[in-house]
Parts: sequence; structure tokens; C-alpha cells
Amino acid sequence: MTEILQWLFGEFYGNMLSVLLNATQWTIYLSLTAFIGGGLIGLLFTVLKIVPVRWVQWTATTYIWLFQSIPLLMLLFLIGLGIPAFFKVDIPPWFAAGVSLTLFTSAYMSEVWRGALQSVPQGQWEGGKALGLTFMQILTSIIAPQALRVAIPPTVGFMVQVIKGTSMAYIIDYNDLMRWGKKIANSQIDGAEPFIVYPIMAVIYFSLCFPLSRWSKAMEKRLANS
Amino acid sequence: MSDTEAAEEKFAVEVRAMSKWYGDFRVLHDINLTVKDGERIVICGPSGSGKSTLIRCLNHLETFQQGYVSVNGHELNEGMKNVEAVRRDVGMVFQSFNLFPNLTVLDNCVLAQRKALKRSKLEAREIAMNYLERVKIPEQSDKYPTQLSGGQQQRVAIARALCMEPKIMLFDEPTSALDPEMVNEVLDTMIGLADTGMTMLCVTHEMGFAREVADRVIFMDGGVIVEENKPDEFFDNPQHNRTKTFLGQIL
Ligand SMILES: Nc1ncnc2c1ncn2[C@@H]1O[C@H](COP(=O)(O)OP(=O)(O)OP(=O)(O)O)[C@@H](O)[C@H]1O
Ligand SMILES: [Mg+2]
Repeated sequence: MTEILQWLFGEFYGNMLSVLLNATQWTIYLSLTAFIGGGLIGLLFTVLKIVPVRWVQWTATTYIWLFQSIPLLMLLFLIGLGIPAFFKVDIPPWFAAGVSLTLFTSAYMSEVWRGALQSVPQGQWEGGKALGLTFMQILTSIIAPQALRVAIPPTVGFMVQVIKGTSMAYIIDYNDLMRWGKKIANSQIDGAEPFIVYPIMAVIYFSLCFPLSRWSKAMEKRLANS
Repeated sequence: MSDTEAAEEKFAVEVRAMSKWYGDFRVLHDINLTVKDGERIVICGPSGSGKSTLIRCLNHLETFQQGYVSVNGHELNEGMKNVEAVRRDVGMVFQSFNLFPNLTVLDNCVLAQRKALKRSKLEAREIAMNYLERVKIPEQSDKYPTQLSGGQQQRVAIARALCMEPKIMLFDEPTSALDPEMVNEVLDTMIGLADTGMTMLCVTHEMGFAREVADRVIFMDGGVIVEENKPDEFFDNPQHNRTKTFLGQIL
């Protein structure tokens, strides 16, 4: 890939792009970790939040409230620097970044999904109960499919926020696009000034986020038509 | 079997001294109601009198705080015990249909048969089509509920409930949300159901229906059963002033 880039943009910029794109894969991995980890844990807390048992709901509410009110940057510091220092353990940056973004994503997603589930009229639950269906049967066969159309746009919208949010992980030395870009921009090399490197990085972030936004729009349209 | 047990009649629904509160507000006051197998009851009364709350207590869509309720031999209390058994025996039709808009008419009828009764797909579909034919809309089976008229939707809802082969059917103002020209198709379906000997409790203000099918009419006001009687007696010779006032308003 480096050669193609060198051929396209010359040796200097070809190399720079190659380094940046290489770093971008770590941005993508971290984003995927957050989507999947945050999605699964978010799903769990969404269900806990609506289970008709008071203390279970309360636990979920506390979790969501807690991780929604802590800034992502603080989570990164806490898990990437605070905990290792306090407990004298070694937490690799990728792990700390993955956990932070997962917590952050799960709290936000469960709030969005709970809202989507609650937008489905109460009568749908009653219709299911009267037919003898269980809580989980009603949730999965009746409520969730209807909530999906409400949930998709904000979910994809938040995925964009997550991708952008991964850029903060550079602060605990996670080797993503941000960290490498910053290194290059700070390198004092001619032709790698911040006003050149940062716009290139912006284009890369844009090309990660833009398809998601488009996809979200398309889904929204498709769901509106069906 | 002891004498007392032998003397005890088997009731489809048995409600004794039942009371329910919403917070401090007492919605139901000492309700006593027994319904025999195959009996058809019409419940009427002014808005807010507790009609819906009463029948919703019978399949545990609402809980009550005091008294005794037994449905088809299963006692209900505040916990979840017997709820499953009761709901298996009781079907319910709502004012707002509560069909599942994400499923076709056929799948609305099939879903609970598959999940709650574990019927095979083939059997469930066959039974569903059977009941859709009985409510005279088999040709709509592949449509989605929102593509049907209100009257058709309510008939699907009735078919859906019947697919579970309940012993008792509850109706909560099944025709109140319908345009006037669609009321009769739903009432006719209900009359057809009454003819099969189904035990029915219907909250409705359709007095023609009450006269035709009800064995008893119950009048509620302020969370109390004020009066109950055979339909002719009830309409022609109401005993209480509140009943007279109410009948004066709706007839
Ligand atoms: N979830 C609730 N919380 C508090 N009060 C309630 C609740 N549901 C119903 N109520 C009150 O309980 C009373 C009885 O309500 P219910 O729905 O049983 O009346 P109804 O006879 O069915 O009236 P309608 O003819 O309007 O349907 C009303 O005063 C109502 O405001
Ligand atoms: Mg009502």
C-alpha cells in the first residue's frame, strides 16, 4: 500500500499517509470494540432497566446515570492512569481505551434504546400479556421490532460520536490515528506542519464517519416508507 | 368429597370482597361477582366507574389489594402465581385492538400459539385461518393490521384471542373506538361467539347487544357494583336512581 501511496503522492507524503492510515486501523478496532462491547452491555442494561423488578431497574439506572455523567476523558484517565497507579497494576492502553469506550457507549446506548422501547404503546405489552406471552417473548417479538425504527437513527448517530471519541485515547498512549498524527505534526519536519497533517487527519475521520451518517439517513428513509 | 365441597358450584369467575387502590384512591370497592360457565355478562356504567379495572384484574393486567379472585379454578393474588394458567384460559379484546403492527394478520394470530402453546407452525397457521374465517376475513391474512379498517382490525383481535382457545373471553369496550358503520360487524362476531357457549364478560354500552346476548347486566358506578339483573329487568325496571340516570343518558 505504501508504494501505491508513494506513487500517487510522492515519497514524503506517501510515507506520511501510509503511517496515518496504518494508525487508522487502530482507530477502527477501538471503534468496533466500543460498538460491540458497548452494544452488548448496553442491551443488557436496556433490558434490566425495563424489567418489572424495582431493584433491578434501580441498578441499571445507577449504572447508566454514572457512566453518562462521567466525561469520556475522565474515564480514560481513571482506567488508563488512575487504577494502574492506585493498584500498582499494569493496564495496557488498548485495554483501558476499550473498556472506557465500552462503558461510555453502553450507558448512552441503553438510554437511547430504553427510550425507543418505551415509545411503543403500553397496549402492545398488554396485548402480548393477555395472550399468555412472557416478558422476554413480548420484548423480542413485539416491542423490540417496533422500537427498532425509532432506535436506528440515534444509534448510528452515536456511532459517529464514538469514532470521534476514540481520538481521545491518544492521551493514555493508545496508538491510534490521533496519536500518530500528533507525533508527525509535532515533528518539526518541513512539509509535516500541523496545518497540513491535521486537515489530512480530518479527511480520514470524515471518511470513517460520513458513510455511517449516510447509512443512517438511508435506513431512516427505508423505515419511514415501510 | 365433603358436603360443603360438593355443594360448592364451579364458577368460571369468582370475585369475593375484592378491592383495589391506586395509591390512596380506591378504584374498586368490595366487588362480589360470580360468573358460571357459559354465562354472558355485560358490564356498563359511567366513565371512570372501574369497569376496565375490574375485568383487567381477572387476567392480572391489574393487581388488587384485597379480597379473593379465582378464574377457572385458579386463584389470583398479588403475586405472579397462577397468572400463566389464568392467561391461558382467558382471552381479551381491547378497545384499541392492540394488534401487533409489525406482524401480518396471520402472524398476529400465530405468534402466541407458537410461543405460549408451542404449537407447530403448520397447526398454528391452520387454526389461525380457521378463526379468521370465522370472523370472516381470511382473505386479509397476509396484510398488516394498519391496512385494515377498524372493524376488520377488531375482528382480527377477536380471532387472535380465540386461537388460544380460551374458556373465558373479556371484552373492554370493543366497539367504542370504531366508526358507527363498523360497530355491527364486530357485534355480530361477538354474538356468533356467544352462540358457541363461550363464557363472556363484556364492558360495553351497546344496549341492543346486551339485550340480545347477556344473561345478566351489571351496572357499576364509583367502583361499586350498584345493580345487576337480567337484561329485560335491568332496562325496563331499573332499581337504583343512579342506574336510572345512567340509562336515561345513554338510551
Ligand atoms: N394507572 C392508573 N393510575 C391511577 N388511577 C387510575 C389508573 N387507571 C385508572 N385509574 C382511575 O381509576 C378509575 C377507574 O378507571 P377505569 O379505567 O377502570 O374506568 P372505566 O369504568 O373503564 O371508564 P371508561 O368508561 O372511561 O373506560 C378512574 O377514575 C381512573 O381515573
Ligand atoms: Mg374503560
